[in-house]
Amino acid sequence: MADNGKRKTKLLDQLESGPWPSFVTEIKKASESSPVCDDLLGQLELSYEEKQGHWKHGGIVGVLGYGGGVIGRYSDVGDRFPNVAHFHTIRVNQPSGWFYSSEAIRTLCDIWERHGSGLTNMHGSTGDIIFLGTKTSELEPIFKELTEAGFDLGGSGSCMRTPSCCLGPARCEWACYDTMKLCYDVTMAYQDEMHRPPFPYKFKLKAAGCPNDCVASIARADLSIIGTWKDDIRQDDAAVAEYAAQGLDIRKDVCDRCPTRCMDWDGQKLTIANRECVRCMHCINVMPKALRPGVEKGATILIGSKAPIVQGALLSSVLVPFVPAEELLETLQELIKRLWEFWDENGKNRERIGELIQRVGMAGFLDAIGLDPVPEMISAPRDNPYIFFQAETEEK
Amino acid sequence: MATQPTAKRITDIGPPNYEKFLHPVITKNYGQWKYHETLAPGVLCHVAESGDKIYTVRAGSPRLLSIQSLRLFADLADKYCGGHLRFTSRNNVEFMFDDVAKIEPLKRELQAAGFPVGGTNNSISNIVHTQGWVHCHSSATDASGLVKSVMDELCEYFTEQKLPAKLRIAVACCLNMCGAVHCSDIAILGIHRKPPKVNHAVLPKVCEVPTLIASCPTGAIRPATVEGKQSVEVIKEQCMYCGNCYTVCPAMPMNDPENDGISIWVGGKVSNARSVPKFTKLAIPFLPNNPPRWPEVVGAVVNIVNVYAQNAKKFERVGEWIERIGWPRFFELTGIPFTRYHIDDFKHAGLTYARSTHIRF
Ligand code: HEM
Ligand code: HEM
Ligand code: HEM
Ligand code: HEM
Ligand code: SF4
Ligand code: SF4
Ligand code: SF4
Ligand code: SF4
Repeated sequence: MADNGKRKTKLLDQLESGPWPSFVTEIKKASESSPVCDDLLGQLELSYEEKQGHWKHGGIVGVLGYGGGVIGRYSDVGDRFPNVAHFHTIRVNQPSGWFYSSEAIRTLCDIWERHGSGLTNMHGSTGDIIFLGTKTSELEPIFKELTEAGFDLGGSGSCMRTPSCCLGPARCEWACYDTMKLCYDVTMAYQDEMHRPPFPYKFKLKAAGCPNDCVASIARADLSIIGTWKDDIRQDDAAVAEYAAQGLDIRKDVCDRCPTRCMDWDGQKLTIANRECVRCMHCINVMPKALRPGVEKGATILIGSKAPIVQGALLSSVLVPFVPAEELLETLQELIKRLWEFWDENGKNRERIGELIQRVGMAGFLDAIGLDPVPEMISAPRDNPYIFFQAETEEK
Repeated sequence: MATQPTAKRITDIGPPNYEKFLHPVITKNYGQWKYHETLAPGVLCHVAESGDKIYTVRAGSPRLLSIQSLRLFADLADKYCGGHLRFTSRNNVEFMFDDVAKIEPLKRELQAAGFPVGGTNNSISNIVHTQGWVHCHSSATDASGLVKSVMDELCEYFTEQKLPAKLRIAVACCLNMCGAVHCSDIAILGIHRKPPKVNHAVLPKVCEVPTLIASCPTGAIRPATVEGKQSVEVIKEQCMYCGNCYTVCPAMPMNDPENDGISIWVGGKVSNARSVPKFTKLAIPFLPNNPPRWPEVVGAVVNIVNVYAQNAKKFERVGEWIERIGWPRFFELTGIPFTRYHIDDFKHAGLTYARSTHIRF
């Protein structure tokens, strides 16, 4: 023990210097209000000494009537660090776009000060507010106080995970639909599926307002909603000229970087062959005052991305090339209904929907959910000749 | 277990509606933004069709935040932003307000409190990362300590915008990769290199054997009778050290201080700008776990960033740069040795073999 009665953490202390904010300092700050943090530091120091973790899985914990939202966590050295012997995580559903009032932040802090370690993640990789470390007996009181303050738990386990979105129309001129509202509406529509795990495995949905995809939806959601537009890029020639006058090399930095080379700059006038534009956002990113997405806005729906576990990682691929913004919620709900039916009937335990599609083939999947194949779904037609013709075609 | 429900138990209310958290200027101009400018690293100005402006100051955070720091953010939001704040998808904190005069004092207060301002445009934004030794059972390394050590060295790239393009780094502490590491410019990934050790004495008491066998994605676990007791054995050749079995059965520990370590991956991206989204590819198969500051990992990442910064053209993300110069030149420029582990041997491995004579000499 050090002089102040706190544990000695020689290795961790070395992570308090340097310009980047230190998580060790944060844990020490939290220990002002919650002594369990001292045991966390003690166990972490031990991990740093031994180069191995000291957490284990244990019995399932949760709040009454919910099958998710709490991740049970137990120490395998609880005898030495009794205050973290039980150290469960709580996932609290974040507001769309991670916007808060200072009052809401203080409310969350007060609840967590009364019932837990005072340590949070703002935010977990799924998007939830993470309350890091409490005992089983505190779960029900926390839940009661959270719901009274207007907050609810997020998803964990084989359920609909907490949807998340970019801030979209709240502060971004490129948002092609209302990501914030869609995320909120979808979250509200599937409360049951979020709180009572009904699936073979997890299901994630992320909403990005444009192809810049600031929430990485194409890489980390089973259903990726990415804003786009159908008509021409809106172009302000005077503003283009102004960029040129300010020294932007429009040929080299804009036209030559366009993936389809559909832009031309003759020194005076910028011309875009909009039918060949793939909506990559590059030119718009470079000249935000001069170029903007068109006005016929909506989103592309992509399906199936997931991390490597279990059968290897995938990126989402196009399922519906374009849905107008105003039809998005309704289309999505219908699609989700069919997807879940298919997954429910055919999915194996711990098989993500992307893996299921790989297993049964995209074509069979499309038949099952009643979508017609369209060429936007592929980068190229198949290059192998092993075509399995369907029975009825042969009989004809 | 949960206690008895109270009389009026509230459930399934979902998150609070975001509308009440928006700054009035945002509510007024919702969906009506015209363009934006980056006034300085970490400082944005968005201009609405109405001519209204909203300023944003973005600061880095360690993601693991105490309620004490959150209350500090709340106080700053009250002082400068009428009580409004938000967090970004990469765990930065953002303050929004409509008075240009507040930029400098707010920046100063954030910096004084230890939260650097930056992370916009062609910078290295915050590192997305996972739990590691702070809270997870399957971690091969710590995440927060790695992030702190790497960002301490790269902080100037956060507070300035001097790279050819954006550079995104992610850390995951095991190959479950809870944090989207597979599509970053540079990914730092904890790895185990040995199959789990089966604790035959405990296993029959704490684990359900069929569930355990089913948990293995490669079918590497089969039933076995050891000293007369029902247990399991692991087929070494089939195990890729994912830790799934340990998740369902605590008698299958993975942790191994000598063999656990870190791999480095490069060239992924998420956005659709210019080229399509890409996965990260293996750069360095193994570096030792060397807490508290992981000098080998920090050195390797800083080297890749520096070589990229010197050689890439404007707008080229790491993956786009490598596509232009080719992988042989990437290994040559960075001085990273190319080994047998760089060649894929899992399913569909052939897709990454060079199937042409397009070779740069
Ligand atoms: C067998 C596979 C997996 C296991 C055993 C596993 C286990 C865990 C555990 C135990 C945690 C809690 C960490 C903690 O707070 O203590 C966690 C967190 C998380 N996992 Fe996984 N995971 C698996 C796969 C995945 C996959 C495939 C993804 C996503 C692609 C994922 C995404 C997440 C996310 C987003 C978190 C929150 C972590 C954070 O924000 O730091 N997990 N996982
Ligand atoms: C360097 C190796 C890799 C690392 C460290 C890594 C890490 C991660 C992490 C941390 C996530 C979680 C995202 C979340 O929090 O929601 C993730 C998701 C994902 N990864 Fe990777 N990954 C790697 C390689 C790959 C590869 C090679 C692929 C594909 C071939 C891939 C495809 C995916 C996909 C599709 C997801 C979707 C996320 C989800 O299930 O929600 N990853 N990855
Ligand atoms: C079931 C699939 C296939 C069968 C049965 C098949 C059969 C054949 C046969 C019988 C020949 C003529 C060989 C000779 O006269 O010496 C040939 C030539 C060739 N095949 Fe295939 N092939 C198949 C798939 C493919 C695929 C997928 C490719 C390329 C992607 C391919 C590329 C070629 C080429 C380049 C030649 C030489 C053509 C030439 O010299 O004019 N084949 N194939
Ligand atoms: C210059 C114009 C851009 C603006 C105004 C912009 C705006 C934003 C905003 C508002 C966020 C925070 C999103 C959220 O947390 O909900 C964000 C994050 C992000 N954006 Fe963009 N974006 C721009 C261009 C791009 C481009 C071109 C890319 C990729 C090539 C990109 C990739 C990302 C990524 C990866 C994040 C997460 C980064 C972080 O939170 O620090 N953005 N962007
Ligand atoms: S994804 Fe597009 S709309 Fe959403 S914040 Fe990023 S740039 Fe803006
Ligand atoms: S959005 Fe991309 S594809 Fe379309 S014109 Fe601009 S640079 Fe070219
Ligand atoms: S990446 Fe692995 S070790 Fe890290 S939090 Fe996720 S499951 Fe745990
Ligand atoms: S670590 Fe993964 S691959 Fe190895 S035995 Fe366990 S579940 Fe199977």
